[in-house]
This record gives sequence, C-alpha cells and structure tokens, in this order.
Amino acid sequence: MIALEGLAKSFDGGATFAVDHVSLAVARGEFRVIVGASGSGKTTLLKTLNRLIEPDGGAITLDGRPVTEGPAHLLRRRIGYVFQGVGLFPHLTVGENIGVTPKLLGWDPAVIKARVEELLDLVSLPRAFADRTPEALSGGQRQRIGLARALAARPEVVLLDEPFGALDAVTRDSLGHEYRRIHESLGLTTVMITHDMMEALLLADRIAVMKDGRLLADGAPHDILTHAGDPYVRELVETPRRQAEKVAALTAGSA
Amino acid sequence: MNAQIAAAFRLLPVYLGWHVVLSAAALVLGLVLSAPLAVVSARNSRVRWPVLAVAGLIQTIPSLALLALFYPLLLALSAVAKGAIGHGFPALGFLPSLLALTLYSMLPMLRNGVTGLTGVDPAVVEAAKGVGMTDRQRLWRVEAPLAAPVAMAGVRTAAVWVIGTATLATSVGQTSLGDYIFSGLQTENWVLVLFGCAASAGLAFVVDQLLGLIETGLAKRDRRRVAIGLGALLAGVLLAAAPIVAAATKPAGYVIGAKNFSEQYILADLMADRLARTGVRVTEKNDLGSVIAFRALAGNEIDAYVDYSGTLWTTVLGRKDTPPRAVLLAEMTRDLKAKYGVTVLGALGFENAYALVMRREAAQRLHIASIADLAQHAPDLTLGSDLEFLSRIEWRGIEAAYGLRFRAQRQFQPTFMYKAAEAGQADVISAFSSDGRIAADDLVVLTDPKGAIPPYDAVILLAPRRAGDDRLRQALQPLIGKIPVQAMRTANLTVDRDQDKRSPADAARALAAAIGQN
Repeated sequence: MIALEGLAKSFDGGATFAVDHVSLAVARGEFRVIVGASGSGKTTLLKTLNRLIEPDGGAITLDGRPVTEGPAHLLRRRIGYVFQGVGLFPHLTVGENIGVTPKLLGWDPAVIKARVEELLDLVSLPRAFADRTPEALSGGQRQRIGLARALAARPEVVLLDEPFGALDAVTRDSLGHEYRRIHESLGLTTVMITHDMMEALLLADRIAVMKDGRLLADGAPHDILTHAGDPYVRELVETPRRQAEKVAALTAGSA
Repeated sequence: MNAQIAAAFRLLPVYLGWHVVLSAAALVLGLVLSAPLAVVSARNSRVRWPVLAVAGLIQTIPSLALLALFYPLLLALSAVAKGAIGHGFPALGFLPSLLALTLYSMLPMLRNGVTGLTGVDPAVVEAAKGVGMTDRQRLWRVEAPLAAPVAMAGVRTAAVWVIGTATLATSVGQTSLGDYIFSGLQTENWVLVLFGCAASAGLAFVVDQLLGLIETGLAKRDRRRVAIGLGALLAGVLLAAAPIVAAATKPAGYVIGAKNFSEQYILADLMADRLARTGVRVTEKNDLGSVIAFRALAGNEIDAYVDYSGTLWTTVLGRKDTPPRAVLLAEMTRDLKAKYGVTVLGALGFENAYALVMRREAAQRLHIASIADLAQHAPDLTLGSDLEFLSRIEWRGIEAAYGLRFRAQRQFQPTFMYKAAEAGQADVISAFSSDGRIAADDLVVLTDPKGAIPPYDAVILLAPRRAGDDRLRQALQPLIGKIPVQAMRTANLTVDRDQDKRSPADAARALAAAIGQN
C-alpha cells in the first residue's frame, strides 16, 4: 500500500539527516507503528507521507503511484491525518470541523450532515455535539473529533502523529483500543508514530524502530520483543517486558 | 454667537460630506493595499521587516508635510501623464489628500494584520494543511477569520487617525472639516475652530464605535453585530456623500481661490458673490499656500484669485530688482502672460505690502521711525514673523539692504503674531500694510528709505483657460481700481477683531456696499 524507498530529508543542507535513507513498506490493512525518541526522525518521516514535508531524496509510492503525482492538497484529502496538537478550527462548530474535508471535496451538504452524525457515533460522542464549538471540550473529546475529522472523507490511509500523547493514561488506552477497532472495521491502513513502546506493542501489526534518522528494526511485535538484535531496541523493549512480568507476578500472587 | 453657529451649520453638509468621503476612500484604499501586504509579510519574515519599517517611517513624517509633499510629486506625475497620454490630473485637492491619508492609515492596519495572522495557533495551521486546504483556502477559511478581530482593531486605530488628520487636507485645497479650523484660526474665530474640532472628533467617535461593534462581532462570531456595524458605516458614507454628489451633478462652475488669511477670504467671497449673481455655480477653494495658489491658477485648477505684485515679482518670476510700481506692474503683466498664460485683470487699488511694525510706545522710546533706525537696535530685539516671511526673497532683500541682525526670530500664525506683538513677546513683526490690526493695536509702520520692499498691489489673476471668458471679466472688472486701502483695512478688521466679529462673507458684503459695488 505504502512504500518508502531510500527516503532522505536534511534540514541543514545535507550535513546531517533527520531521515537517513530509509526504506519501509506498509501493507494494505496493516497497523504500522513507528517507535522512536524525540529527534529520531519519526515525525519527519510521517509528514513526508502526506507531503507536509517534502523529502530531499528517495521516493514514496501510495498504491503504486508516487505521492508527488498531482498537487499536495489533493493527496492530503485522501489521507486522514491526526496529530497531538489536534488543531480543531476554533471558529467552526464541531460538525463543521468534522465535515471540512468533505466540504473541500464538494460533497452535498445533506450527505455531509449525515456523515458527521455517522462519525460522531463511530467515535462515541453524542450527535448533539455537532452544533457546539470546540472550546469547551475535554482533551479526549477533542481528539475523538480530530479522529472523526480525519476519517470524514473515507480515506484508506490514516496517519497518526502521537495522537494520544497528551491524554491521561486511561483515556489514552481506551482511545487507542477504540481506534484499533475502527482500523479493523473500516479496513484502514494506519501509520502511527509514538515514543511509547508499550503502546506500540499493544496496538501494532508491525513495528519499526527509528533512531537518529535510521531504521533499527522492522518486524511484528512478537519478533521485536523476543528477537531484537540491536542493543537500543532491546533496551526499548526491556521496560514493557519488565512491567508485564511484574504485573503478571502480582496477578499470580494475588490469585 | 448664535449667528456664527448657524452659519457654521450651513456649511456642515459640504464640509462633513467631503471629510467623510475623503476619510472613507483613504481607509478603503489603505485596507485594500494593506491586506495583501500583511498576508505576504506574515508568511515571509524577510518581507515583514522592511514592509513594517517603511510603514513606520511614513508615520514619522509630520502629516502636514506628507500632504504638502504630494503636491510637487503629483504635479511632476501629471506632467509626465500629459506627455504620455495627452492629459494630466489635478495635483491639488482630493488626490494628494487621498494618497497621504492612505499611506497614513497603513501602519496600524499592517501591524495588526501581521500580528493577527502570525498569532494563529500553529496547530490550527497544520490541521488546515492536513485536511487538504490549498494556501488560498487556508487563508480565507482559517487564517483570515481567526486574525480578523486583531486586524479590525488596527482598522479602528487607522480610522481615528485618518479622520483627525483629514482636517489638514484643507491646506492642499481639499474641502474638509479642517476648513472650519483653518479659517477660524486665521480670523481668530474660536467658535469656528471649536466647531470644526467638535465635528471631527464626533465623527471619529461615531466611526470608532461602529468599527468597535464590528470588531466584537468578529471576535464573538456574531454576524448580526458585523452586519449592523457595516450597514451603519455604509449608510453614513452614502448619506454624507449625497450633498457632494448633488453638487457635482450641477453644471461645472467657477472656482475662486484664496490664500490663508482674512483679506483673501473677504476678496474671494466678494468675487464669488458677484460671479454667482450672473447665474453660474461658484465654489471657493480657501487656505491655499502662497505659491500653491499661483500654481493652481496656472494649472487651471482655480479660475481666479487675488495675489500681490511684489509676491508675484519675486517669488513667481524670481526677480530681485525693484523697479517703480507702474513699470513693475506692466512687466509683471507681460511676463505672467508669456510664461504661464495667466491674465492680470488689473489692480484693485490698494496695496498689501510686507511692513515691519512695532508697538508705538516702544518705537518712540527707542526713537525708531525707519528700518534704518531699527538696524541699530535689532541685536537687542526679537523679530516675530508669519510662517513664510523669513523664507521669502523680499526678507533677504530687506535683511541685506539694512544689515538687520535680530537677537531672535520667532514664527507665528499671523493671528498669533499680532498677539505676540501686543504681549511684547516680539518687538518687531512682519505685518501686512492693509491689516486693520495695525491701527487697532496701536502699531507703527517703519518706513523703508532704501526702497527694499517692493510694491504689493493687490491684483486679480485669471487662469489661462479663462483668459477670454467674458462673463468672468465682466463680473470682476468693476472691482478694478475700486478698493482703497482704508476700505480694505476696515473690512479686514471686522473679521480679525476680538469683539463683534463678522464672517468674511459679511465683511465682503459690507465692503461691496462701501465701494458702491453691491
């Protein structure tokens, strides 16, 4: 579905590379998570997929066709995009926020209205929210609306940039699993980035690990957890593994 | 007092109309220019600094100077246009006022526009890109609405500045509420000055409130408030413009010019009145600067006005010699026709010369009767002059002929110059010989034994396009040689004195009666 070939991006004229010649493939229907610390180049990589950042080298194809074919704004209307800052338009109602891409695509207003209600149902928010302004909403509600907005124009690909990073642990977990359910029910191809290995292990079909612009590991959660050759990757999985063992021991002990 | 206010109210539709039309045009033009500049500046930090710096620099130019500077600039452009496309455009009046005020309005609009646009939450901008908006859609659907309240505050500031500054448009011949202030200042009519200030301030207040309504409407996304504010502004402009449009649709008439002092207002009213009685439409352009008045006449922007032979001789023709008055008049008449196509219809019969005058008491105490006597005492004395005297060729002539060196030289509006002489803040002032205040204030005119001051016969000048205009000639010819200096002094004093003041129009009627030409 998505293929990156030798992707490179430098912000200092080639002295250092934020993304250092990375090749990566994401299959149709896959939930792909890219894990890395801040400065690893994961956000830069994600943003080249919908051309919020234009790469210096390499190629990206979507469904076999280069993303550089045609204007960037048309590409972005086909790709859902959710990021930590959410960026709801404060001067529009929740309904208008959700319906923004369909409106740009020229959908009929009645169709947009029905779609907005459908999406509010999907992200488990009351339909009455459509007429409210975004200002009085909680962080979790805002991100649900951000998600609904990203899904409004029925994209096949959704990009998630640390979407749950600013939320409390409980909200974060429940939203993550809700999204995983939506991903499956709609047959989406998802690329999510996070710095949290635990989150990646729990949600992903495949995980890629990035450090200093390079790809260190690429595999299913089980492989990453058990067969990591790279010391950095081993270090990353160490914490979730230890936490899981501890929780398991506690559970066994109390039983 | 009541008659004066009533007279001021009669002029209000035209003065306010022009003031509103001028201010509105400048603000709209300023907004149209500032908005794209603000967008470009907000998106490109390399453009931002120079744009804001230039706008700030313009703001530091004194507004009166900015208005005045547009005159020569437009004059030159008009000459270029004449060469290129066959006809020029007026360099006085609406156009220079509009351009200067437009430039003046731009700094607050640009500054707030840029602040508003750069202040939009980066997450919202990223979301706008992410959902697939084009640059233009992002600007119109997201950034512009979010920046609007801040930008609108800039429009408010600009509006208040422009409405206040528009009063200065009077000095380049554009009718505005400043006409009250300038003519009130010249004729010491403080009621008129206050009336002009109050009208301008009132207008600024109302406009500011309406723009404030739009601003809160934009901030609270309340379309009703925005619509009410915009509707009221639009209705106000249309209502104010109505008397001007009505006047403009009448057949084109004559324009009588006047410089910026009482005698000029009176003579302009006298001429305009005579011309109007022949059944044509006559308008007046008052408060023109000395040199601007002649250029406006030569450029056919005004049809007739009164100037003084000595001024024309030295300032316009650039002559430094001082021939006898009959020779000077004849040569001047010939040269003005040859060089500028301007017709000298004739001399009115009185002189309004520059004269150095002193308080009688001081002159007697120091035994000063002539400028030659004055030269010995000058180093201990202060000279008070009007705003242009010290930069005129005549003054350099007098200064050189008598070797005058004063302890200090101070400049005043003519009105305040007489007050300064009275109060002793100036020992010697550059008065005008036809000024009734010389006798009224008990001042003495110092004689000029070396003949350094040229004669200043008041003459009626006609614009090149009116050279063969019989109606104009017949209306004004009867005034030639008919106004003795005593009649002029009396008329001037009735306008300039502190008690029982008359309007220039009243004084003109009284003068007409006194010389048997009513």
